[in-house]
Amino acid sequence: MSESSRAGTKKELPEHFKAYKHVWVAVELEHGAVHPVSFELLGEGRKLADKRGAELAGVVMGGDAASVAEAAQACFEYGADLVYTIVDPVLTHYRNESSTKALTDLVNTYKPEILLLGATNLGRDLAGSVATTLKTGLTADCTELAIDNEGSLAATRPTFGGSLLCTIMTLNFRPQMATVRPRVLAMPAREPGRTGQIIACGLGLTEDDIITKVIKFIADRDSHKAQLAYADIVVAGGLGLRSAENFQLVKNLAEVLGAEYGGSRPLVQKGWITADRQIGQTGKTIRPRLYIAAGISGAIQHRVGVEGADMIIAINTDPKAQIFEFAHVGIVADAVELLPKLTAAFSAYLSVNRLAG
Amino acid sequence: MHIAVCMKQVPDSGQIRVHPVTNTIMRQGVPTIINPYDLFALEEALRLRDKFGGEVTVLTMGPPMAEDSLRKALTFGADRAVLLTDRFFAGSDTLATSFALATALEKIGQEFGEMPIIFTGKQTIDGDTAQVGPGIAKRLNLNQLTYVSRITELDPTAGTITVERRAEGGVQVLATKTPVLITMLEGTNEIRRGSLADAYRAASAKIVTWNAADAGITDLTKCGLRGSPTIVKKVFAPQARAEKAQMLTTEDGYDAAATALMNEIFKRQPALEADLMRFASGQ
Repeated sequence: MSESSRAGTKKELPEHFKAYKHVWVAVELEHGAVHPVSFELLGEGRKLADKRGAELAGVVMGGDAASVAEAAQACFEYGADLVYTIVDPVLTHYRNESSTKALTDLVNTYKPEILLLGATNLGRDLAGSVATTLKTGLTADCTELAIDNEGSLAATRPTFGGSLLCTIMTLNFRPQMATVRPRVLAMPAREPGRTGQIIACGLGLTEDDIITKVIKFIADRDSHKAQLAYADIVVAGGLGLRSAENFQLVKNLAEVLGAEYGGSRPLVQKGWITADRQIGQTGKTIRPRLYIAAGISGAIQHRVGVEGADMIIAINTDPKAQIFEFAHVGIVADAVELLPKLTAAFSAYLSVNRLAG
Repeated sequence: MHIAVCMKQVPDSGQIRVHPVTNTIMRQGVPTIINPYDLFALEEALRLRDKFGGEVTVLTMGPPMAEDSLRKALTFGADRAVLLTDRFFAGSDTLATSFALATALEKIGQEFGEMPIIFTGKQTIDGDTAQVGPGIAKRLNLNQLTYVSRITELDPTAGTITVERRAEGGVQVLATKTPVLITMLEGTNEIRRGSLADAYRAASAKIVTWNAADAGITDLTKCGLRGSPTIVKKVFAPQARAEKAQMLTTEDGYDAAATALMNEIFKRQPALEADLMRFASGQ
């Protein structure tokens, strides 16, 4: 197959795509609140837009004017120059049909060059539909976004469970689409009072047009479920704990530190923890100030989920464990023995100093 | 009721090599399995068939050796297996893959009966994109139900279905009409062992094998590398961190090691120590 016959590798962007400019972030507004991943994307989008000499826009869709206006203002404060808004009761709850139409129509009308979404269940549900409708390229779960020398989006993502990284480009289709998981990108600083332009748009759908109905939304009882990704301190365990009972040692330390707890993928497979507590490439990406990994070998699948942590502490009996290659502080020790001692040390220190204070 | 399940045969290990010239993944020589997420889709399809009657057809796109996974699916109890294989599919990204699978699914519907439900796993373990399911749904104009944890109601006659869908911070209960595409969440069921009769049947079953033309694909520019808007520019191994970990020891016993570790954490992050104090005093 010759180079020129491959759709993806043509050097020259087709004429009808040349009008595509600017960087967009599809903002996730659900139940009156913006998912933090949208702000993280705005922070990254700002850099990409500056590099392209383009504007950064947020797309905010929702059912009521007040929460859409509030979300739009937040977009400005996190770096957006303009925000496209759609307010329509049909958009009160996320549904694939309505959101796909809304976002696809906006893209076709206002022609962004780059379109970013969060790699949440919502973002992945929407991005796949939008990219297929637009027949453009979409790169999932990126860990790094950059603009190459020719001005194209270079989207780097782990592949094969994180054993390799690959950089993917969409050279001659627009927009160039990518999703990024929560906490992979840093949260940008907020500039209170920063403003921009709002472009109010319509949906062009009525409730009767949509086949799928939201019967109800059952919020998670265990509010911790969604919080692992955003926790300040995370304690996690791996197979080095040797038994499901010993996982309690991780929980005990987490409790003393007011931390969230999680584990590596094998623990989910063994049923020691639930899937929503899995940390790593196919689980949660975390970005805590302190991460303590107890009895985790640190395979690359795990590493990509934790390397955004400010400080990684590794406890493992194997001095050659991969986790020591990316930890900041390591100790060759049996986690089952060390965890209770560490819990006791923190507990004693914190109670003594609290009494003293 | 005829149900289709899309599956993918994936490498079972991290022994992946990259072709030095084309930068495409070389799958030869690596042990393969059915993508584990697809087994939740297959089991859900088998349960619906057992309850409502009908047939389950499994479909995969891949090299001829992907027949192994299809035969395995037959041992679990699938009724028919279709292998979509053609060199024109090589190098497909998710857009090209969803085109080929959607076209083949249309053909399966014509040949073996229309399908009110098409299942996929939530994603694969090699690509991890979760994009092919939604891509198929969009191309076939199916109502899309992703991350489904439970089918709470299904009326094949009325064509209505209600499911629970894992959303951010909770569960969405969605009601819609067939035909639907469902991507099944992991951990929602457990694949059956399959009967001895299924195993015998699977061993001698004829796998329906289609090339692009057999599947009704006429526009080959939408397939494989040519039909893929994304290109893999570079594949590389992650870099090791330059700075080495500071190693502590247990030479003086575990009590001393624990204290040393705590002190090191506070030394490196004084702000964290202050915040922990506030937490401990309940403020």
